[in-house]
Amino acid sequence: MELLWDGYIEPLVWIVAKILAIVVPLLVAVAYLTYAERKVIGAMQLRKGPNVVGPFGLLQPLADGLKLFLKETIVPTSANKGVFIIAPMLTFILAIIAWAVIPFDEGMVLADLNVGILYLFAISSLGVYGIVMAGWASNSKYAFLGALRSGAQMVSYEISIGLIIISVLLTTGSLNLSDIVRGQGGGIWEWNFIYHLPMFVVFIVSILAETNRAPFDLPEAEAELVSGYNVDYSAMTFALFFLGEYANMILMSGLCAVLFLGGWTAPLPVLDFIPGPIWFILKICFVLFIFLWVRATFPRYRYDQLMRLGWKVFLPLSFAWVMLVATFLVAFDKVPA
Amino acid sequence: MVVQALAFYLFATVAVLSATAVVTVRNPVHSVLLLILTFFNAAGLFVLLGAEFLAMLLVVVYVGAVAVLFLFVVMMLDINFVEMREGFLNYLPIGVLIALVLFVELAFVGAGWALSDDKVAVLAHPTPAGLTNVEALGQLIYTDYAYIFQAAGLVLLVAMIGAIVLTLRTREGVRRQKISEQVKRDRADTLEVKKVPVGRGI
Repeated sequence: MELLWDGYIEPLVWIVAKILAIVVPLLVAVAYLTYAERKVIGAMQLRKGPNVVGPFGLLQPLADGLKLFLKETIVPTSANKGVFIIAPMLTFILAIIAWAVIPFDEGMVLADLNVGILYLFAISSLGVYGIVMAGWASNSKYAFLGALRSGAQMVSYEISIGLIIISVLLTTGSLNLSDIVRGQGGGIWEWNFIYHLPMFVVFIVSILAETNRAPFDLPEAEAELVSGYNVDYSAMTFALFFLGEYANMILMSGLCAVLFLGGWTAPLPVLDFIPGPIWFILKICFVLFIFLWVRATFPRYRYDQLMRLGWKVFLPLSFAWVMLVATFLVAFDKVPA
Repeated sequence: MVVQALAFYLFATVAVLSATAVVTVRNPVHSVLLLILTFFNAAGLFVLLGAEFLAMLLVVVYVGAVAVLFLFVVMMLDINFVEMREGFLNYLPIGVLIALVLFVELAFVGAGWALSDDKVAVLAHPTPAGLTNVEALGQLIYTDYAYIFQAAGLVLLVAMIGAIVLTLRTREGVRRQKISEQVKRDRADTLEVKKVPVGRGI
């Protein structure tokens, strides 16, 4: 009995508590990201944004969530039911489990994997399935076209993201996310975005495409596809897609912060007294703001131009950068041990 | 250890069941999805073996890239499900034969390892102590067998170029957007400001 408690139940309770400590704030963050999005875009377009529900409209996301929760879930008669139901669940689960390896502070990480960055890359490459399955199972032209576009787009931009990750890894010498952050400790001049500035820009653009956000939100191009792969979804199934998409945005911002902006480290050594998680969250917010800013600023790309950008511009550029970084490290004998 | 054993049986059972379902379900898209589930469970088994790098690679390459293209192709096919089932019995003997050959080969490998006296020494390259398996694998591929690895890469490159050459066609009369030309354009090339006299036009 003692063995059972010490060996299994206690660690299990701990792990569940840690998971809840990540997931619950994440869901709240997702809810308020939608609020922030509407407020920021509203401000950029000289509107007020949501301001009716609660003070400054702060309860708006809760009201939206409640509405989605209370509506009826409709499954179209010609849909492939099993796949239709699994698709949103898959999208949501994948967006959540990727957070297991994100380090919030020194040692403050759920699973400190040796291959953390590969795990993240693997999970984010699975995201395309939720969308493709949804589009196929809906058995409708609009949804299917949206899913195909989205699938092709995510697969294309994953390649440049992978190559960018490789060039960052070359300078760090570890696949562990905590090690990547530790390699950037000591101040803003040690952060990777200075050494990899061109790739930092390419990475930001690539994660916009990877998360299907404006100006690359072709899968949901309202003007042509109604709303793309999720057009047949309603109520909670739709909400799961929505939550998944926004959780993915936050995740990609977190990845960006870890790879390029020094994770939990302070920009100046003087500011070390402020705890790491706060810095990390601030950096995530910064990248998220770029997401929203871009959405309010740029018109949607044409599909062939999107593909051209991914394959003919970003791919050669990031390839060249990998070779450049590798050559530099070997030539000047700076390869990390 | 109990948890490991449970996890092993879970992954193994799901892998075998979904692999069986791949060849038995009627809908080809379901087949592909089940194949993905099989890959995923195989990755789980790799993790249990301590080969986490291989597990992640399996997910990134097979599940994340190969199977997506596979799914694309299968989804776009216009298949008559009834017709597809017709040849099932004709192909069954060949399928069973191939499965048998593979099974015997696997059994030989397994038996060769299980029956030998020094089990670790039989492994081609046991993971050295104190190295993560990323480092061990990198050592093998990029240091010990660098030339063979490069040769394999060249073979793949040739295959890729071959596929591109076979499918590359240039059609006449297609108007393509030349982005560099568009960017090079300036105002003088396209705009002309004219003073239009009132009542006469240009």
